[in-house]
Amino acid sequence: MNTQELLLNQIMQYDFSLKELELYLDTHPYCRHALDMFDKIRAVREKAVREYNENYSPITALENNSTEHWNWIDEPFPWEV
Amino acid sequence: MWQYEKKLQYPVKIKNPNPKLAKAIIDQLGGPDGELSAALRYLNQRYVMPYPEVKGLLTDIGTEELAHVEIISAILYQLTRCLSIADIKESGFDTYFVDHTTGIYPQGASDVPFTAAYFQSKGDIITDLHEDLAAEQKARSTYDNILRLADDPDVRDPIKFLRQREIVHFQRFGEALRITQDRLDSKNFYACNPAFDKNCPDMCCKNK
Repeated sequence: MNTQELLLNQIMQYDFSLKELELYLDTHPYCRHALDMFDKIRAVREKAVREYNENYSPITALENNSTEHWNWIDEPFPWEV
Repeated sequence: MWQYEKKLQYPVKIKNPNPKLAKAIIDQLGGPDGELSAALRYLNQRYVMPYPEVKGLLTDIGTEELAHVEIISAILYQLTRCLSIADIKESGFDTYFVDHTTGIYPQGASDVPFTAAYFQSKGDIITDLHEDLAAEQKARSTYDNILRLADDPDVRDPIKFLRQREIVHFQRFGEALRITQDRLDSKNFYACNPAFDKNCPDMCCKNK
């Protein structure tokens, strides 16, 4: 894995943890422990996404950060890697 | 609304094509217990749910199922890349090929196109949650069958991830059913349907 793939992989792991906590919190909305975990992982996720956007490419179209070209369509697409 | 994130929920990197295996795995795209029917089931059922925990859960699991549709489609795409005509003839992929070339089309393993008849949206929270619990187990069994057919570790790895998700969703739906029953009449859960009957305690249009 190159450094871009490693960082994206890290973001995918954070997102999985957040998704799992999201479903858990839907049925345990007052669980302080899960709320704290969600908060902590969201913070490191945001930092990693910022780093990914600055160095590589957008993950959502809103994160397109080039004034030269529309880098949202830069390859690879997720099913091609 | 939804916004696309340009990544898979779980990585798919398959080195060797295998069109025969793709014909089995396609069941989890457009088959009776597949991810597409799961996504549509939950995202349609959620509107008339009386409790916020269940509205949230159906929205969030339904959304995750859309990500699973994408994982299955990525597996199918990678299993059918760069095929020769000989590969297609020998593997039995020729019947699919003549209809779709190697395009991704939602159908079951036995060639039946996807249909909304695979799921129900009954407008009754107890009925719908029981359907959802059963759907997660049926999908888990289908993944177990795929794991009996697949030797390639590149394929088994994302399939095992998806199988685990069925078990987690089953757990969460069980909790949603408990939350629901705690709020209904404890002497008779079926006394009224909070999505419709005006005499029900949680009826949304009681004061309208």
